[in-house]
Amino acid sequence: MATSTRPERKESSADAAALHRQYLRHMLLIRRFEEKAGEAYSLGKIGGFCHLYIGQEAVAVGAITGLRPDDYVTSAYREHGQALARGIPPRAVMAELFGKATGCSHGKGGSMHLFDANLGFLGGHGIVGSHIPIAAGAAFAIKYRGGDQVSVCFFGEAAANIGAFHEALNMASLWDLPAVFICENNGYGMGTAVARASAVQQLSVRGNAYDMPAEMVDGQDVAVVREAVDRAVARARKESKPTLLELRTYRYVGHSMSDAAHGTYRTKDEVEEYRRRDPIKLLAERMRNAGTLDDAGYAALDAEVKAEVEDAYAFAESSPDPDPAALYADVYAPGGR
Amino acid sequence: MAVMTYRDALNQALREEMHRDDRVFLMGEEVAEYDGAYKVSRGLLKEFGARRVVDTPIAELGFAGIGVGAAMVGLRPVIEMMTWNFALLAIDQIVNAAAKMRYMSGGQLGVPIVFRGPGGAALQLGAQHSQSFESWYAHVPGLKVVMPATPADAKGLLKSAIRDDNPVIFIEGEMLYNNKGEVPEGEYTTPIGSADIKRPGRDVTFVCHAKTVSVALKAAEQLAAEGVEAEVLDLRTIRPLDIEAILSSVAKTNRCVVVEEGWPFAGVGAEVVDVIQREAFDALDAPIIRVTGADVPMPYNKQLEKAAKADPAKVVAAAKQVLYLA
Repeated sequence: MATSTRPERKESSADAAALHRQYLRHMLLIRRFEEKAGEAYSLGKIGGFCHLYIGQEAVAVGAITGLRPDDYVTSAYREHGQALARGIPPRAVMAELFGKATGCSHGKGGSMHLFDANLGFLGGHGIVGSHIPIAAGAAFAIKYRGGDQVSVCFFGEAAANIGAFHEALNMASLWDLPAVFICENNGYGMGTAVARASAVQQLSVRGNAYDMPAEMVDGQDVAVVREAVDRAVARARKESKPTLLELRTYRYVGHSMSDAAHGTYRTKDEVEEYRRRDPIKLLAERMRNAGTLDDAGYAALDAEVKAEVEDAYAFAESSPDPDPAALYADVYAPGGR
Repeated sequence: MAVMTYRDALNQALREEMHRDDRVFLMGEEVAEYDGAYKVSRGLLKEFGARRVVDTPIAELGFAGIGVGAAMVGLRPVIEMMTWNFALLAIDQIVNAAAKMRYMSGGQLGVPIVFRGPGGAALQLGAQHSQSFESWYAHVPGLKVVMPATPADAKGLLKSAIRDDNPVIFIEGEMLYNNKGEVPEGEYTTPIGSADIKRPGRDVTFVCHAKTVSVALKAAEQLAAEGVEAEVLDLRTIRPLDIEAILSSVAKTNRCVVVEEGWPFAGVGAEVVDVIQREAFDALDAPIIRVTGADVPMPYNKQLEKAAKADPAKVVAAAKQVLYLA
């Protein structure tokens, strides 16, 4: 069982600088997008459940930026970050949160069901752990067709306690499926701490049960995430073997918009402690030390993504609701009943 | 016309569709090396190899989900449930994923998949192995539910199910596998959503499906000896329901008995009765009567089990009641 905490890549090259800038922009975009989504939710513009990704940005960005356009990405219901990192335009994601016809699921899915078939983004699933076999199924299809794509699946650590996780990982390993299972361990399933839900505290050890390579990874350091996911993706693409990655991360906000950031199940101090290893701060500091970012550069980048988020917000707000006839559309395939 | 068993007709459908389309594969418990728990997949591993005939661990939820994921990205899985009793473990994938993926993705990602296997009671298998779940699945928008009663329908409907772009729940009859019947030679399909008159009659309509088709036919035979001509309408598909066929039969006979294996509460018959009372109230000369499985878990004891099942005597009695002959 390997444990990754430090990047192996040299960071002085121009390539690394460009890559870091790309990471920073993606993470800032997700952060600002989620802040705006939280604001919109409070104003009643977003309904239902809304699970924000603030604090976990390095996971989605580090994991997805290295994928090929024809790979598959499947996620759970805290998936705004992955959707944006995969390249679904902020306008389409925000419009979906608003339930508008211009949303990436045409207003039929909402916050928990973001889809983009063209980007291989297979959801957006609201039943804990249910999408892990689905992602394994996409990997099965890749192998069936003799392709070299990879199916990447994101899920929270609480999903590692449900049967679907175990059944999917067993078959993925048994059949050598090209899948990467990314367990985002943010410490809590809703308000239940890992220690109160799992017999093992290090979830990556569960790879042993399925003879699957596994790593525990620092999920706050985007470069470390990228390195670990690159290794797993290479294993899937070249050897058609699955990997389980446990990415240690933390969500600053409540489980959903209807629950406080701290109070009953964790303390304010704990949240503040984790904020010190904020993934955006961590990367920005590294870039400053390398001389590739200064305050003005950071401010400009932040202003740029904020403008993009404002544009998405305005777009979502001015977009039309789905046509009333959409109610009965897409229940069955065209021509069916 | 060739005469073959219901089992062999299904086998032929799978074989033909797998030859026709490389995207079609069969996955489930014991489907490959064991040749199928009920031998529906006999010979397929030998013919198509392990890539396309895939044995699974006992993990219904897991392999149902793998089927859903594979279907979302372009394959056409046929997922065998050893029996529909075990599919309860997979119902999250069927209902929460397969049935609504197209809708919640705004039409982007369909799930062309067939979940198939035997349903209903066999003989003395007890409460956990003797259940009819068609009304559960038929309740769910996004699913189609198909239940063939004869070898010819089994083959034609399974071929249609595999070609359908929607998730199809295909419930076979554990007690039907050995039944023989004529099956057309050559290529044919039977359309989903179309009922079939298995015996024409003018006095009373028996609406039935799957195993209860033979129950209704036996009842019709007995009644014919007494001068009553019953029409036996085999639904073949539960969803979408062939409302037109039901209404046109009732318009002719003015009386109806709905027969099903499943439990009475919120059963398939309840839906049929609702449609008839709304659309053909004036055509009815008597209240519709339902003959169902008893509203109990299936008992093991042979006599109790017999008492729990819909049988020809119960259908005859119901027919006499709606004909005011009782």
